[in-house]
Amino acid sequence: MQRHLISAADLTRDDAVLILDTAEEMARVADRPIKKLPTLRGRTIVNLFFEDSTRTRISFEAAEKRLSADVINFSAKGSSVSKGESLKDTAQTLEAMGVDAVVIRHGASGAPYRLATSGWIDAAVVNAGDGTHQHPTQALLDAFTMRRRLVGRDTGLGRDLSGRRITIVGDVLHSRVARSNVDLLHTLGAEVTLVAPPTLVPVGVGNWPCEVSYDLDSTLVKSDAVMMLRVQRERMNAAFFPTEREYSRRYGLDAERMAKMPGHAIVMHPGPMVRGMEITAEVADSDRCTVVEQVANGVSIRMAVLYLLLGGNEPALSHARQPVAHHPATERVAPPTGSEEK
Amino acid sequence: MDTQAGHSASDPRPVLEGPDIARVLTRIAHEIVERAKGADDVVLLGIPTRGVFLAQRLAAKLEQVTDRKVPVGSLDITMYRDDLRMHPPRALARTEIPGDGIDGKLVVLVDDVLFSGRTIRAALDALNDIGRPRAVQLAVLVDRGHRELPIRADYVGKNLPTSLRETVKVQLAEEDGRDTVLLGVKPADQ
Repeated sequence: MQRHLISAADLTRDDAVLILDTAEEMARVADRPIKKLPTLRGRTIVNLFFEDSTRTRISFEAAEKRLSADVINFSAKGSSVSKGESLKDTAQTLEAMGVDAVVIRHGASGAPYRLATSGWIDAAVVNAGDGTHQHPTQALLDAFTMRRRLVGRDTGLGRDLSGRRITIVGDVLHSRVARSNVDLLHTLGAEVTLVAPPTLVPVGVGNWPCEVSYDLDSTLVKSDAVMMLRVQRERMNAAFFPTEREYSRRYGLDAERMAKMPGHAIVMHPGPMVRGMEITAEVADSDRCTVVEQVANGVSIRMAVLYLLLGGNEPALSHARQPVAHHPATERVAPPTGSEEK
Repeated sequence: MDTQAGHSASDPRPVLEGPDIARVLTRIAHEIVERAKGADDVVLLGIPTRGVFLAQRLAAKLEQVTDRKVPVGSLDITMYRDDLRMHPPRALARTEIPGDGIDGKLVVLVDDVLFSGRTIRAALDALNDIGRPRAVQLAVLVDRGHRELPIRADYVGKNLPTSLRETVKVQLAEEDGRDTVLLGVKPADQ
């Protein structure tokens, strides 16, 4: 049984819809005077953050605390990692402390996968962003926001995003958010188009389940949601475009461009926004922009994921990647156990 | 081992039919009005799935009796269960608290079958996180006995003495297409 959430591509359509439906109920806890559920009492969750993050770490922490888990925060700065400790040794330290789940953010793509599959620890691993690979809970909260806005809060229950057209604009090359979104939105039946300067489109994008365009204006007019990505200056080690001004002219979203979008279409951004670069202040502050909503939804989604992974004796998520081990020939009828019941 | 085979073949037998259920709910509605001296501050909270439909039906009956709208909602207890660690996580149901809340109100919890009492314990915990009612009462369609906790119902549709090998299944038109309470025998372990 797969107990981890490493990649959005691992989720089946039914898993993803279950997470979104569960998050819809979790969201209602936020409206109550006591925003707390006893569900994960006695479970210990470590937030293992090797990379800077505000909203993701706080969001996970809020979700864990609302479910009554014991939370240990770990950031690489000021820890033994800065003295040269390896991921393996850190993991084994956590294992020795009896941790039930590790929420990990790491600058290296694949670190969460390594942690989950190495046998170093028994805990469930939740990927909170690894390098330029995946950020599955971000994709889930984006899908949740889209379903609420485009399908409806209550009418959306049990439904996916089939037929919706989603455009992701900007620095796709360095974006784990874009990768996770392409995987998840495809699973949920949406049609995804990536728009970016050719230099910021990754090699091998032809194998992704999406379209690629270099022209924002022609794509905008047929989009139900437009997701603007931040240009990740910290990961830029080459000249990907001539000037920032040219980038924002061609790929930035201003009020004039937003007016070309269909009336119901929304503007999304995973944050942090760079106002004036990929998005103008006017657009960022308009009521079509869901940035603040996405942050609130993030807590609900993370509560749902943690509940479904840790809330029972085994995870509720099936995960497509997991090979089904069926050996009917060797299966034997279990001897009848006593007829006591609960 | 084979002695149970004959039993398991027998079909579940109805112990309450549609008209009985309607009569029972009418009686409970009157009992609530009588005990609450008019039911001014009653809030009905059904426990999903079938408790919610029963609560809605009770609310309609109470409205007929008192000529006043009775607030009705639902209370999902999944996250408060004491056996969470024994099963995979369950899908959550809706908790819907009526607009005026439950503080200072008389909350009547409504469920279909009262058995071990563990569901009601979870419901009391869940209520605790939502507000502070003046009092909490319990209405059930069927009480089948075998309590594992010191919990009792205030309003009972039908007391149904059962053995632990028997099953009680409530079907309601809203969910199952018909109203009935079925008493059956658990199939023997294979």
